[in-house]
Order: sequence, then structure tokens, then C-alpha cells
Amino acid sequence: MDAEKKQPAGGLKANYLVQAWLVIFLAIGFGVSLAGVQLALGPVIEQNKMNETLQKVPELVLGREATQKMAAENQTLEITPKQIAVKKPTSEKFYSVYQASYQGAPKGWVIKTKGQGYADNIELLIGLTADLKTITGLFVLDQKETPGLGNKIITDAWRGQFINAPASAPLVVVKTGATKPGEIDAVTGATISSKSVTTLINSAITDLRQPLTSGAAETGKGGKANG
Amino acid sequence: MADQPTATERFIQGILPENPVYRQLLGMCPTLAVTNSLMAALTMAGAVAFVLLCANVITSLIRDLLKPHLRIVIFTLTIATFVTIADRALAAYLYQMSKTLGPYIPLIIVNCIIICRCEVVASKQSAFVAAADAIGQSLGFGLALSSIAAVREILGTGCLFGMRVLPVVWPDWVIMVLPPGAFLTFGLLLGCVNWFTARKSANKEA
Repeated sequence: MDAEKKQPAGGLKANYLVQAWLVIFLAIGFGVSLAGVQLALGPVIEQNKMNETLQKVPELVLGREATQKMAAENQTLEITPKQIAVKKPTSEKFYSVYQASYQGAPKGWVIKTKGQGYADNIELLIGLTADLKTITGLFVLDQKETPGLGNKIITDAWRGQFINAPASAPLVVVKTGATKPGEIDAVTGATISSKSVTTLINSAITDLRQPLTSGAAETGKGGKANG
Repeated sequence: MADQPTATERFIQGILPENPVYRQLLGMCPTLAVTNSLMAALTMAGAVAFVLLCANVITSLIRDLLKPHLRIVIFTLTIATFVTIADRALAAYLYQMSKTLGPYIPLIIVNCIIICRCEVVASKQSAFVAAADAIGQSLGFGLALSSIAAVREILGTGCLFGMRVLPVVWPDWVIMVLPPGAFLTFGLLLGCVNWFTARKSANKEA
């Protein structure tokens, strides 16, 4: 303490930096090691998410019962992953889309989308029918919303509202109880989380409506040409 | 420094006499939140043990360089780093468990047990003592968490580690796996621990 008192009063800025050398040094050291950890584990985590996505696609497209029935009959959907870039006025957004088909007939789509929630990014999988008119399922792949409030978006009860919701018009979040189709009940105490999810779904469907309808046609043509 | 406890004393103290949950009432957030299944509780205890051990050792190694007014910043920086490592490692190798624990792993950053041990032990004693203290406290924390989780999982689902231990006729007490069950179980167990301690000290006096 005495040594500090003896230091001259001038050069305060330099003084702070000198005092904080350990903080700066540690921050750099830890930063580098965290970057290393991310480099090593990032691909594994992505792979885990990918596996989970592929595992969830049938359920999102067909619903739980039909998936279990298919599994019991030892049949599987064919899943074709696609990357679709959507041009926006200022930027370009990339979507991972999975086309699910059964014996050549398209069964539906699963869109992966990501955006800001209340606490952190929310990552969603949205199931849609092949004609993009109805939502067939919703799965929350990643979220860090408030425990007990926002994280209720992962419950079956809340996600269930989206099953069979119309995808032709944007979904609306209401706080007083959904009465009409296309209305979604907000989680009590977590309006922002609820709105984030709904907005993500709306924008993903709006963005992808055009590419998916034309893309599906292209795939069909390609298939014929090959045949 | 002569009056500071030794490594063995620190280690033993952490397990029961100074148990972080039952005696110091620290780290209540994970204690109440992730004890609805024993597996989740053990994973949480493991993550806390890893962070506590690393943070304690690092803090102890740099304890002579610490400036009093910057020490909390450095503790937080160190703890946050190891929490991030634990979080990423769980997401990579125990993906489903990491999803079950959700935000509670990142929340270890604000777990008072770790900052308390950095402040009380690691910033004052050698790395060896700090490591012994970290292991003792982690064992104590793990013990507390698994005792609560075992009671909750058995009464709430009739299972332990997902395997049935109670007869099928057991009507699952769903409340035990819900948040109120955490408070009930913790309160009752804490009461038991206090009752035992009171009885022990009464015996000594007699």
C-alpha cells in the first residue's frame, strides 16, 4: 500500500494501465485459450446439433404418432439438406432447409432459423407441409431464456400451439388467449421470448416461400430429367 | 499465516463442517434448480468441481500479484473462463445433459461458492491448500446436491438414475420434481442437519 502512495499523482491513465497489467495479461491469455477450446469443440457441438436436427425432422413433418408408426414399420424418410441464401436489401441471410420425402413424394420441409430472443439467440426448427400452407411442428434447438419463464417455449404444451397453424399469413402473439387460427398465446411473463419465436417463424416463412416453391419445382424437373 | 488451516483441515471442513450448501447456504440457485434428477445434480456438481478447482489453483498461483481493488475482476475473469470451457465441453460430449441443465451451467459464473473460496482460501494460501480446499468443497457440494436430488427423484418419479427403485404402485409425487419440491426437500434436509449439529454440540457440553 505504501508503494502505491509514493507514486506520483500525474500520469493517471498510464497508472491505471500499469495497475491493471495482470487483468489485461490474463484476459489475453484466457481469450486465446477459449478460442482454442472453441476451435476444438465447435465442430463437435455443431455435429451434435446436426444429429439432433436430422433426428427431429420426421417428427416435425409428420407429427409424433405418424413418426412412431413409421419407426415401428422400419421405414424412414429421405432427408435432403439444402442451403438457401435469401437476399435482403442490406444483407444476405442463409437458411438450412431440410426437405423430407417418402419414396420420392415430398412430405414437407424443415427450416432451421436463428435469431435474437430475450436473453440470447434462439435456434428453431420449423416443420412445414410440402405446399408451405401449414406449420406441422416446432422444435427449439437452442435457447438460454430465463429459467421458469422464457424457457417455457420448449414445453410441448406451448410448442403444440404451432402444430396445424396456418403459414399463409403471419402468426400473431396475443396475451389474452388465442381464439382464432393464427393466434399464439404468449407464455405468461415471457412476452418477449414468445414474440421472438413467432417473429422468427414469420420471417423465415416469408423469406423462404419464394425460393422453396420454385426450388421444389426445380428439384422435380431435375428428377425427371435424370429419369 | 500460522493460524491458517492446513490442506487436510481445509479438505475435511469442506465436506461436512463447512459444507457449502448445508452450512454456508451458498450456491442456492443450482441447489434448487437442477436437483430434480440425480444425474443432472451429479453433472452440475462435476462442472462446479472443475471450475472451483481450476479457479482456486490459478488464483492461488497469482495471489502475490493481486491488487486488492482488482481482485474481484480477476476472480470473475478466471471463473468465467473455466465456466465457458465446462459449458462447451458439456455441449460437445454430453449434449442432452447440457440441454437439460440449460442456463445453469453458464450461471456457475455467479455461484458464490467459487468466489467465496477464491477470496477466503485461494488468495491467501498456497496452491496445494487451495486445491485441497476446492476438492473438499466440491465433495461437500456434490454430496448436498445428490442428497437432495436422490430424495426428489425417488419420491417424484419412483426412480433413481432413471431406474425404478420404488414399487410400481407408488403414486409419483409430481410436486417433488417441480420447484416447490426443491424447497421442501432442501428445507427438511437442512432442518435434519441442524438438528444433528445441535444434538452433537449439546452432547459435548453435557
